[in-house]
Amino acid sequence: MIPAPTKTARQELERSAESADSRRGLLISLPSYVYLVLFFAIPFGIVFVYSFATRSRTGRTVLEGWNLDSYARLGDSIVREIAFRSLVLAVVTTVICLLASYPFAYYIATRRPAIRNILLVLVMIPFWSNFLVRTYAWRVLLGTNGPISQLSQLLGGEEIRILFTNTAVLIGLVYGYLPFMVLPLYASLERMDWNLVEAARDLYASGWTAFRRITLPLSMPGVIAGSILVFIPSLGAYVTPALLGGARTTLLGDYIVGQFLSARNWPYGSALSVAVMIVMLFAAILYFRAGAKNA
Amino acid sequence: MTVSAAIRPKSPIERLLASNSWLVFAFLYLPILLLIGFSFNDNRNVGIWTSFSTRWYGEMFQNGDVMRALRNTLIVALASTVVSTVLGTMAAIAMERFRFRGRGTLDGLLYLPIIIPDVTMAVMMLLFFAQAFEMVGGFVRFNFGLGTIALSHIAFNISFVAVVVRARLSQLDGALEEAAADLYADRWQAFRRVTLPLIMPGVAGGALLALTLSLDDVVVTSFVSGPGSTTLPVYVFGLVRRGVTPLINAVSTVMLVASMILVGVSLLFQRGNRSPDQEEGLT
Amino acid sequence: MTDAAVSLSGVTKHFGEVIAVAGVDLDVADGEFFSLLGPSGCGKTTTLRLIAGFEFPTKGSIRIHGAEVGLEPPHRRPVNTVFQSYALFPHMTVEDNVAFGLQMKKVSPHEISDRVRRALDMVQLAHRAGAKPSQLSGGQQQRVALARALVNEPEVLLLDEPLGALDLKLRQAMQVELKELQERVGITFIYVTHDQEEALTMSDRIGVMSEGRLLQVGEPEQIYEHPTSRFVADFIGEINLLPATVVDSGTVELVGGHRVSATTGTGAGTEVTVAIRPERFELYDLDETVPDGSNRIEGTVARRTYYGDVFYYDVDTPAGRIEAKEENRPGIDHYEHGDPVIVVWHRSAMSVVKD
Repeated sequence: MIPAPTKTARQELERSAESADSRRGLLISLPSYVYLVLFFAIPFGIVFVYSFATRSRTGRTVLEGWNLDSYARLGDSIVREIAFRSLVLAVVTTVICLLASYPFAYYIATRRPAIRNILLVLVMIPFWSNFLVRTYAWRVLLGTNGPISQLSQLLGGEEIRILFTNTAVLIGLVYGYLPFMVLPLYASLERMDWNLVEAARDLYASGWTAFRRITLPLSMPGVIAGSILVFIPSLGAYVTPALLGGARTTLLGDYIVGQFLSARNWPYGSALSVAVMIVMLFAAILYFRAGAKNA
Repeated sequence: MTVSAAIRPKSPIERLLASNSWLVFAFLYLPILLLIGFSFNDNRNVGIWTSFSTRWYGEMFQNGDVMRALRNTLIVALASTVVSTVLGTMAAIAMERFRFRGRGTLDGLLYLPIIIPDVTMAVMMLLFFAQAFEMVGGFVRFNFGLGTIALSHIAFNISFVAVVVRARLSQLDGALEEAAADLYADRWQAFRRVTLPLIMPGVAGGALLALTLSLDDVVVTSFVSGPGSTTLPVYVFGLVRRGVTPLINAVSTVMLVASMILVGVSLLFQRGNRSPDQEEGLT
Repeated sequence: MTDAAVSLSGVTKHFGEVIAVAGVDLDVADGEFFSLLGPSGCGKTTTLRLIAGFEFPTKGSIRIHGAEVGLEPPHRRPVNTVFQSYALFPHMTVEDNVAFGLQMKKVSPHEISDRVRRALDMVQLAHRAGAKPSQLSGGQQQRVALARALVNEPEVLLLDEPLGALDLKLRQAMQVELKELQERVGITFIYVTHDQEEALTMSDRIGVMSEGRLLQVGEPEQIYEHPTSRFVADFIGEINLLPATVVDSGTVELVGGHRVSATTGTGAGTEVTVAIRPERFELYDLDETVPDGSNRIEGTVARRTYYGDVFYYDVDTPAGRIEAKEENRPGIDHYEHGDPVIVVWHRSAMSVVKD
């Protein structure tokens, strides 16, 4: 008969069992850990460091004379103007996406499972299709000689040119990010216990009241998730404004890119990037908090 | 879930919802369909329809720049998808099945790339490589090219793969892996014969997401590419800034149809693999 | 006990602040059908998992046929488990599920197919060998889980509330099947359940647990007739619990001053509980003669409930409300609401328990 282990022997056995597990976990995570530290954490660190550097007259970045000049420029009126414009655009995009997506997601969620799957696939296809091309399509549509303009001319109106305006950018953003709002909303609605709505109706609530007091609050996690998923990319959007926007309506994405390609002021561009990153982090934390509260 | 009782059939609200949905579908698909249509337009002036022609496709296949960009795109997409899927899956397994020191940090590191906009990512990678080349420039010759593009894509794709696989892992009944251990399987055998087959749909979904993000990417790629290493999206983006031409329409249509076919096939594949009680979407 | 099938000594399990299992000592005999019985959260499932190896004990030793296994991982223990949710591998056929353990042990393919076939025959599912778990009914899945475990000829079979998900009729049928199976195969079964009827009908011995402690171990009759604690008395079957104080080694005093004879092992003045099953009472008319040597107390019928085969009487007495159960047989008097009666029971038909 094998004697039971002594107290210290047991503690050692336990600890070695646990640490063997821990070591294995660390080993498995190591490749991605190393990769992310090397190609993500360090790059971000470098951006952070660069934001305090100086720009030489020839446009090169000099890693001395550390200063806060770049950050000071963040208070300039032009920055505030661009930031404000970007913020407004992101908010409006999010709201429009929400208003259009909610009834849409609700409709899909309330179909029979067979139809629901087909509709979902139909939503997924544009979602997964090439983003650039989908945005480019609007460039064709909204041009002076584009189909929309032709249509209006056909109807007796004059030629419409929506391209290169804020409206065009808005349309492009809504179009690009609509599926990001639909899918979380749908997921949230589909998971809901619809018996609760029936219970509300049984308790004399009208259809609208049942929706307002039962469905809407219960789908809040989806609303929040979708809103964040639309807001964050919209705020930092570059491709859509570049394709559809005009020279006079500079947004954050383009402004930052400009610092690296044309203006060659890397410290300033870095400071802008850091600031944007902080705002995003803030929004994401809000999302997780709200998500945890609603769970 | 029977929901039909929650909404009276054919009520005015029901009709309103239905028409709204059709409008949204139209909004989603019309631009795509019009684009595809116009790519067959014989007219050099894109908006005005003349007659049917496939000449732009012919031109496209003979255009050296386009073909080179296509080749680059595929190389980068393939490399970044494979690497990020492997690394992302490993990260997901480590996070969901093990407790180790530094797990919290990895958790944060995995979430960050998902929430930052691609402009910021592009800036980060540009500065990183610029700085790195300066520092090792004396010893080894590196340069901006397909390598830097692939490395950058992997950097953000790992997180996306990890998120998808983690979601799938967390849905897995823990009792299954316990049962495998109960039946004399050690950790590796249990993983290989029980866990891995069951998370395969998640891994495939993550790989698809990584592939799509890589094919979609414009900003990050344009920041870290060099001469001769342009990818198709960046090439198209550059062309478009200079003006819309029918050639771009043809290229765009090819890209579009290719991605749609890819998605369609993988969705069918996933649907076949899914067990009856898994109904959620891919996000 | 030499070489008990499973031997737990001072086994304790802490989950952070929570004490799930508190110092359990238990010997399960070879070939025994042993049940761990208790309410949710009492620690019975945790104890099972400790034997299986899914948890390691914080303190104490776990021996299987004499060999210490407390800190061995599950794949190195000679036990197999039937899970509450069955945990069948959804991506494998029934056949592959059952073969899994044998494949892990590197048994030859020829022997595997032979043993798998026999295991499936034993649970009458050979005709579904090629099906996937999702295509089977709950009862069928349960039998596959059983076959998958038994095919490995473990030294001990652990079952975690395996019948919980089945409907009543199926559950009762499976109880009989499981018992017969165990008797045929001769393997030690450790069976976790919260259903005391199940435990009473199937087990050779029962261990009753509450709040991490093993309160009483014994044969079903022992547990039922002679509970040694208030909790066990209350948990098993229906019982009347009357507070009382010990007078001497042969007498206790009920509330209201009434004294009855009882076997007590404790000193005078101790507060105890008198536990009597409803069916141990007999009701007599006031003018009837009561057998010598019985305890008696007078009361009034407060309510009568008719169950077809039995009558339940709620009787108000000075010692409290008593519930008595009498068969609905010709020759037995029936009482009505308000009737005065004498409640009679024999001193051997009661237990005196502390706490």
